[in-house]
Amino acid sequence: MEYTILILLLPMLTFVGLGLFGMKLRPNTASYIGSLSLAITTLLAYTTAGFYFTMPRIDGIFARQLPVHFEWLHFTETLHIDLGILLDPISVMMLVVITTVSLMVHIYSLGYMKGERGFQRYYAFLSLFTFSMLGLVVAPNIFQMYIFWELVGVSSYLLIGFYYTKPAAIAASKKAFIVTRFADLGFLLGILLLSYFTQTFDFEALTSGNSAIFAGAAGVTFLGGSVISWALVLIFIGGAGKSAMFPLHIWLPDAMEGPTPVSALIHAATMVVAGVYLVARLFPVYVSAAPDVLIGIGYVGAFTSLYAAVVACVQTDIKRVLAFSTISQIGFMMVALGVSGMGGHQGLGYMASMFHLFTHAMFKALLFLCAGAIIHTIGSNEMSHMGGLRKYMPYTHITFLIACLAISGIPPFSGFFSKDEILTAAFEFHPNFGILMSFIAGLTAFYMFRLYYNIFWGTPATHEHTPHEAPKSMTIPLMILAGITVLAGFIPFGHFVSSDGLVYNIHLNWGVATASIVIALIAIGVAAFFYKSRCDIPDRLMHMYPQFHKAAYHRFYIDEFYLFITKRIIFNCVSRPIAWFDRHIIDGALNGMAYVSQRISYAIRGFQSGQIQQYAFVFLLGTLLIVLLVVLI
Amino acid sequence: MEITMEYYLVISTIMFFAGIYGFITRRNLLAVLISIELILNSVDINFVAFNRFLYPDQMEGFFFTLFAIGISACETAVAIAIIINIYRNIRNIQVKNLNKLKD
Repeated sequence: MEYTILILLLPMLTFVGLGLFGMKLRPNTASYIGSLSLAITTLLAYTTAGFYFTMPRIDGIFARQLPVHFEWLHFTETLHIDLGILLDPISVMMLVVITTVSLMVHIYSLGYMKGERGFQRYYAFLSLFTFSMLGLVVAPNIFQMYIFWELVGVSSYLLIGFYYTKPAAIAASKKAFIVTRFADLGFLLGILLLSYFTQTFDFEALTSGNSAIFAGAAGVTFLGGSVISWALVLIFIGGAGKSAMFPLHIWLPDAMEGPTPVSALIHAATMVVAGVYLVARLFPVYVSAAPDVLIGIGYVGAFTSLYAAVVACVQTDIKRVLAFSTISQIGFMMVALGVSGMGGHQGLGYMASMFHLFTHAMFKALLFLCAGAIIHTIGSNEMSHMGGLRKYMPYTHITFLIACLAISGIPPFSGFFSKDEILTAAFEFHPNFGILMSFIAGLTAFYMFRLYYNIFWGTPATHEHTPHEAPKSMTIPLMILAGITVLAGFIPFGHFVSSDGLVYNIHLNWGVATASIVIALIAIGVAAFFYKSRCDIPDRLMHMYPQFHKAAYHRFYIDEFYLFITKRIIFNCVSRPIAWFDRHIIDGALNGMAYVSQRISYAIRGFQSGQIQQYAFVFLLGTLLIVLLVVLI
Repeated sequence: MEITMEYYLVISTIMFFAGIYGFITRRNLLAVLISIELILNSVDINFVAFNRFLYPDQMEGFFFTLFAIGISACETAVAIAIIINIYRNIRNIQVKNLNKLKD
């Protein structure tokens, strides 16, 4: 299966080609080249998946494959960094997800970004992102993963700041980059700690279940936790930064300043689940070496999920609602990983997490692309500028509705199946946990249908020109993704991906399923009652709890808190003294030296008059002096 | 009266220091150039005198002098060309006015 290298090479070559020569091409040519290359990549990824999942199982599991593997940097016999392609069920699944969503976004952008300045640049960056993300998921060792991890960070930065003349976009791109960089510092430290004590970067060696590999770390503790636990916590911090877990989520809502298809690709479907993927990749290590850390991850996920769901209920910018909904759903995936165990029914959460990752990528990309179509025709992100759009945009309306039903967990749409597995896993972990997650699922249904009714029903806002349906290049990806959203729930996902690789037969827990459906239906009913036609209950509620509404609207002041910490405390108490020291002590020393040499030069500069006769005179005097000395001595 | 080597050396020394004095004190470029010629010629006299009195059967000193005269002629030509150009630029050949490169 050596051809899998092409899956990485094609997007990379496209990026290099479009990046260097894109400006010489006509914009449309560049976009067709980008999309065509990605279509080939997608085909290759599907072929790979087809071959991989039809291979005979060995001992009941799909064997890991390393079709490409070579040593890249050789430091010592034990310390060497390899590059390669690792195929195992989750990486193959991710290949399919990434190429599918990316292809849809490429096609969609043909219509959405048409006529934008820098169209070629846009496609070059999309290729760079796809390349980095694919490299991340097929990484056979943690170091390669880190390299591509940074690359996706860079491409995310470039794409958020695509409209580089817009100050908000620049600020958002910098924020995203800096916040995730801080988290990546944790990731790097975690990698160093883990590899220092285990002597390997390789995922296969780390997750083989061979406990001898952690023998080197035995007895090394720090603040009451074993060093492996600390390493895993640090690695999770890296994952939390990319996956926008509380309190590192602040960059994701701002990242919505980028073009909407970019939000669909990077900030909904692929890059933000990198953290979930990372934890899933190291899942056996978490389970065996640090189960406490894993449960901590579950709590972080649950809290983030609740927080983001509450905030999403009061936002008025439709992309921000979707951003918080993304954060909330990633929280669900983290919860599923956190409550999971290893093997068989214990490993239900792991499977559920990966399943939800898969279905969420499809329906959330769909939601974002629909939002893009709406923004494209309305020219605004604000909900109040929309309303009554169902008559004008029938395709967008139907596909958006499908995605909303899926995310709310209504059968037979895909979200129902994956979310139900997560709820079951949470209930089996602890009933209270399950109730909390069910409540969040209800909130999800509420805010999604609040969005839906506000956009497509309600009183039509006055528009400068009549809204119209998006062009074909935009509606076709919507319909394809809607088709996947409808059908994906029936994939026997447990056959392909499970915690121990053995076949796991998904059987719905009808108790949990019925409860969650009822909750979702009630939430949808409430949303319909509030927002379908003009109704003053939301306003009355808002006036009843003004403090709470205001706090939630301002995202509970987390951004302000960060600003307070950085501007008031770090800048004032740390940066200013350092700046003073730099300006007065270090610069002062150098300035003093310069001043002294300047004074001395002023004093002696008369010697260099440029008058050759003066020089000759001095020369003559010197010569005579030497002669005199020689004669006298 | 027999003319010995010392006579030549004395006259060449007088010429040499006269040249140096002129080089240092003259303010006119042409005068400076003439002073340099004096220095060169005093050295030529030394060469010839040493050759004549110390190594009468050899010719190196004479030839070296001939070369020196030829080269000093070239040098003078170049120097005068420079001086003429300076004159064309600033209408003056006083040494104290040649400070354009200093700025």
